[in-house]
Amino acid sequence: MSGIDSDVATAPQAYRAPRKLTPAAWLGVVAAGIAVVSLVRIVTGADNLDSSGAIQAAITAAVPIALAGLSGLWSERAGVVNIGIEGMMVLGTFGAGYAGYQWGPWAGVFFGIVCGLLGGLLHGLVTITVGVDHIISGVAINILAPGLALYLSRLVFTDAPGGGQRQSPPVPDVGRITLPWLSDWLGEIEAKGWFFVSDLAGIIRGFCTNLSLLSVLAAVLIALTGWLLWRTRLGLRLRSVGEAPYAAESLGVNVYWYKYIAVMISGALAGLAGAFLVVGLKYQDGQTGGRGFIGLAAMIFGNWRPGGMAMGAGLFGYTDGVQQYDSSGSAMHAFLLLVTIALLVVALLQYRSGHPVVAYVALGIAALCLWWFLSTDELPQQLIKAAPYAITLLVMALASQNLRMPKADGLIYRKGGG
Amino acid sequence: MTGSRTRRILLGAAAPVGALLAAFLITSVLLLLTGSNPLDAFGAMASAFGRTRIILGTINQTAVYYLAAVAVAIGFKMNLFNIGVDGQYRLAAMLSAAVAGASFMSNLPGPLRIAITLIVAMAVGAFWAGIAALLKVTRGVSEVISTIMLNSIATFIVAYLLTPQMLAVLEGNNISTPKITDGGQLPVITFTGSTTPLASLGILAVIVGVLYSLVLSRTVFGFSIKATGLSESAAVASGISVNRMIVSAMLLSGAVAGLIGMPELLNGSAASYSLNFPTGIGFTGIAVALLGRNNAVGMVFSALLWAALDSSANALQGVGVARELVTIMQGVIVLSVVVAYEFVRRYRLVLEARDVARALAVQTPEAVAA
Repeated sequence: MSGIDSDVATAPQAYRAPRKLTPAAWLGVVAAGIAVVSLVRIVTGADNLDSSGAIQAAITAAVPIALAGLSGLWSERAGVVNIGIEGMMVLGTFGAGYAGYQWGPWAGVFFGIVCGLLGGLLHGLVTITVGVDHIISGVAINILAPGLALYLSRLVFTDAPGGGQRQSPPVPDVGRITLPWLSDWLGEIEAKGWFFVSDLAGIIRGFCTNLSLLSVLAAVLIALTGWLLWRTRLGLRLRSVGEAPYAAESLGVNVYWYKYIAVMISGALAGLAGAFLVVGLKYQDGQTGGRGFIGLAAMIFGNWRPGGMAMGAGLFGYTDGVQQYDSSGSAMHAFLLLVTIALLVVALLQYRSGHPVVAYVALGIAALCLWWFLSTDELPQQLIKAAPYAITLLVMALASQNLRMPKADGLIYRKGGG
Repeated sequence: MTGSRTRRILLGAAAPVGALLAAFLITSVLLLLTGSNPLDAFGAMASAFGRTRIILGTINQTAVYYLAAVAVAIGFKMNLFNIGVDGQYRLAAMLSAAVAGASFMSNLPGPLRIAITLIVAMAVGAFWAGIAALLKVTRGVSEVISTIMLNSIATFIVAYLLTPQMLAVLEGNNISTPKITDGGQLPVITFTGSTTPLASLGILAVIVGVLYSLVLSRTVFGFSIKATGLSESAAVASGISVNRMIVSAMLLSGAVAGLIGMPELLNGSAASYSLNFPTGIGFTGIAVALLGRNNAVGMVFSALLWAALDSSANALQGVGVARELVTIMQGVIVLSVVVAYEFVRRYRLVLEARDVARALAVQTPEAVAA
């Protein structure tokens, strides 16, 4: 059961590094993207496509997924498949709820991290020291953690003021940052509804208004992970453990030690992801709602790299945030047009890079989306909620598959067993 | 070389028994720490089985969990992780319920109606799993991601279809697919003194289990599945088309997943798909398959254990213990079983090495004498 993501289908195809875009080119791509969104907004009148409120909602939706993805990234880079992120997140939500309502939000964050870390430690004990299948351990943690959290929740929250059997008392929020002058000024520009300028203002305003300190922390952690894993000695060793543990062992690296560091950080990040959901709200049973799995998907989407992972989480968070924020449903209707345009671009790119079949499929789906857009005025509420998942799946299917997981990911390592 | 028969049996039993003991021990500690009496709790759980209702409920649930476990295990045999069993069975149950309750069905003979319902369920399950298979072989999308996404998409599609504008009907405050009329369901076996009857469609689990075991051990197809799972490169070298195996395994897995909801639909008193339809069985199936080590017989025991624990959970409330104790036990059992298996495996290796050493030690003097 190891190596579940083995590249069965794409088998002997050599790994091709994606073309590097220069920062200027990236800026151009982003600008073009905003221009397209702006155009769609003006054509359809769906302001919530990139209003500052929608962007705030998107950030709130993306951060826990990004943290879960980061959690998976740490552990899988050291060769430990962590499907138990969801469970560790649940432990984090309980810890954050328990400490948060009594001693304030930061205590909640700290306890959430500690609880998640304990979950990671359990995963490490079972997979690294005992050496059993990583997936079984993860599945077991996903069963154990929600059971334990709810069991304890009934004990400690039932009689707490404002709490209940399945929920903790309210937990206060951590600080939020609003750049007062900038935010107001951008708000004025956003309200004008100009092409491109107002959209840019809306997006920037979304980032500098009411931004949770925990979101800032998450962004720092993503950047820090990239630096630690790819620019430091610790990172090189940790990744070598995930690629070729016996080679690492022969060079004197203590493989067990690095794997333990990785799963503990992984657990702590999952706990933080859980705490993010609780802070400013409260612990609730079933609060994580599969975000741990989505985070795992974002990590695979991002090719086991922090930047790509963040993009995956951002894509999902954006769709989910817009969907939640936009009560009228017009933004999601306009989204269909956006998807159509995106698919046309994909079709063109794929055709030019010699994948005509993919291009035709993309064209076909684009035609369907356009037809759906033109023939309806609004989408059914239930299907709108499926959009983040459907779009992630679509992107996975159409993006070029140059994914490569760490070579020894999911394999059981025994010291001296090489 | 492997030592005596009794030793093999003892070692085989050591892991599951040890794991159960560990689970009891760990939950006892938890109970003591939280101020409850473990003896009261376990006593209440055990005494639940004095009622026929609980025993029959356990058997019914075992069949359902077994079907879910086989669906997952088919994928596992190929190193495919079908997390999507959950979405597959819910979508299949919903759509087959809509077909079974449709008005045109009332004029058809009973056996045909049952057959149509079952076939629709299997087809829908296979179709939903097939999307993941197609994405994997054509685009290399990991089935882990695609089935996670498909699970959520299935949830929303079911919610969308379960509205009066689409496939459902509104009766009072309850929204469900149209009730299956007389003759569209299968009879249940009732027992005196029990409000819960025995679901006759539990037989599906027996059929699927036998087929699973036979296909894996006696057919070329089963051999190919196992070979691909064990070593992909060896499978390719011996002429097995990996892509074809992926597609067939996923389709089969989805088809079996489609059957999971059938005992509830065709034996249940609701006779329709509603919001009350059981959910999450696909995830239970993953745990049951892992616990039973994807083995046709092993999964019977793990499904039975899981179902028995579930059935006894309500009794806990009588002694003031939260029912989640059972969930905790289940999680601990999965963990401790694999840990115990690993320890037994290592111990067995030590014993084998000792046997070999002893056999060689006996031989050597003779060899010298000769």
